[in-house]
Amino acid sequence: MEIHDLKREFKMGVEIVRALKGVSFSVEQGEFVTIMGSSGSGKTTLLNIIGCLDKPTEGIYLLDNVDVKRLSRNDLAQLRNRKIGFVFQAYNLLARTSAIENVELPLLYNSSISTHERHKMALKALEAVRLSDRLDHLPNQLSGGQQQRVAIARALVNEPVMILADEATGNLDSRTSYEIMALFQELNKQGRTIVFVTHEPDIAAFSGRTVTLKDGRVIKDSKNENVRSAKEVLAGLPIAEDY
Amino acid sequence: MKIINLIRIAVRALQRNKLRAFLTMLGIIIGVGAVIAMVAIGQGSKKSIQDQLSSMGSNMITVRPNSNQAAGGAARLDASTVQSLTIDDIKAIQSQAQYINAVSPAVQGRGQAINGALNWPTTMQGVSPNFLDIRNWPLKEGVAFGNEDINGATKVCLIGQTVVENIFDPGDDPLGKTIRFNKIPFKIIGVLSEKGENAFGQDQDDIILAPYTTVQKRILAIPYIQTIYASSASSETSEPATQEISQILRSSHKLTNAEQDDFTVRTQAELINTFSSTSQLLTVLLAAIAGISLLVGGIGIMNIMYVSVTERTKEIGLRMSIGARGIDILMQFLIEAIVISITGGILGVLLGLLASKLITVFLSWPTLVSESSIVLSFVVCAITGIFFGYYPAQKASRLDPIEALRYE
Repeated sequence: MEIHDLKREFKMGVEIVRALKGVSFSVEQGEFVTIMGSSGSGKTTLLNIIGCLDKPTEGIYLLDNVDVKRLSRNDLAQLRNRKIGFVFQAYNLLARTSAIENVELPLLYNSSISTHERHKMALKALEAVRLSDRLDHLPNQLSGGQQQRVAIARALVNEPVMILADEATGNLDSRTSYEIMALFQELNKQGRTIVFVTHEPDIAAFSGRTVTLKDGRVIKDSKNENVRSAKEVLAGLPIAEDY
Repeated sequence: MKIINLIRIAVRALQRNKLRAFLTMLGIIIGVGAVIAMVAIGQGSKKSIQDQLSSMGSNMITVRPNSNQAAGGAARLDASTVQSLTIDDIKAIQSQAQYINAVSPAVQGRGQAINGALNWPTTMQGVSPNFLDIRNWPLKEGVAFGNEDINGATKVCLIGQTVVENIFDPGDDPLGKTIRFNKIPFKIIGVLSEKGENAFGQDQDDIILAPYTTVQKRILAIPYIQTIYASSASSETSEPATQEISQILRSSHKLTNAEQDDFTVRTQAELINTFSSTSQLLTVLLAAIAGISLLVGGIGIMNIMYVSVTERTKEIGLRMSIGARGIDILMQFLIEAIVISITGGILGVLLGLLASKLITVFLSWPTLVSESSIVLSFVVCAITGIFFGYYPAQKASRLDPIEALRYE
């Protein structure tokens, strides 16, 4: 993934708001990058563009060597379907729909996958997040951490080139957050590219690289020499009685 | 995007909110049910009126002689004294007509019927055996006279209920008895079933039927016939049958183009048309009222779909973020609306059939469920689903995924 001199402007009435004022960086395959920044830094706008939900006003965004700017709305939808896996802060699972059906959802929008394949792929994804014993549970029968793991399975199921997480630990307590981060680290070790947006430096410490935004510009882009292992942190925590 | 996947998505979405889906359907169910039941009532009453009319002999065609304008302005004669109709006319009609089922000559005379000490003034009508079919008039007991009675001009008769009541004591069996009519003895070989008054208040049972040859020779002493009764195959063919009879009679009477008919052909088609158009109006009115309830049902679908789109904005955003295109979302909501309306349509058809059955059983109103009303309301349902589902679905498909995801 490569971003070059990305700019995005919004019209708010007569005023023009410049949310991104020229952002450039690239993410290689297999990297685990966190994007940091306080609110108003343009982080959400950047995320929307990376996630192909929005197109830049100026600049170039190459995803898997595809120039996103030239694509139509429908092409973008297909790109999201095949190459990107989203994980949201609020999980965004379909209510009253079983875990496995939630995971199957992206594949329903891909007509080249048969019913049988779809089921097999969904099972595999749920195994990867260690929820194969909760296939038929509805979201309201699952804990927050389990729901987020279902959401991660949904992001994995289409074998994306990149998993995009938006404050994926924002709604979870710290212990569950570490569990989720451990899962992300594990997925990263298996070779998956992960872009993780957060405002917590604590969480950023688990990634291999941190890009910090401020006022629509990159102010810091540093390799993290001392990556913490979420598993070790978890092991260090006292065992919670209610878990 | 496979259509089967879209249907699966839509059905799953509906299953997640079964009660709401059913309540939305209810409008359509009641609408379709009402259309079918109302049209069934309208059609049923139309059919029963037609049946009643044809039991009165609605297909009956009557031919009477007509006195021509005499040359030089001489007085025109009364129809019954004109002698233009003959038995040859009957034979011509029998051999040439295509639309005529049965034809019978008729001659009639009034006189006194006497049985022992009892007597009663009545009418004797001379007819052929076909007459009972033409008038749709079954016998209560006994047998009708046959062609050998016609040929032999035998003195046998069929006797109407009013005559039976007046010249026989209660409990007396008239069958086989001999009565006298204008002093001539007639043997009773059959009793006519009761027919009641006709539409104009005449007592139809005050009659004695005998072979027309007997009446011609013994009672009236005339060689011609007074009236021809005929029946067309159905009330629909009474119009061509009428024209056919006119043509046959004109050629049999050797009338030139310049000459007027010397006979008059009448049917009861006017009567049927009046009754039919009344019940047709009833059917249209009932269907219109029922159609309005179907429209209300459709608006109900639109209303719920709009609410559903707003309520599920976040779900739409999610679906878009994981790769649903605008058209996929549009199709999902459209199919949801169509599934609701078609399922509602099927249930509505069943409800309508059930309602029609119950109306017949408990109110004993005649109902007739026509296939066309089922097909029509079904098609209207599908169209309703597409029409009222399209705008909410389009609204959903045009949502911006970023906005939709952030919607709370």
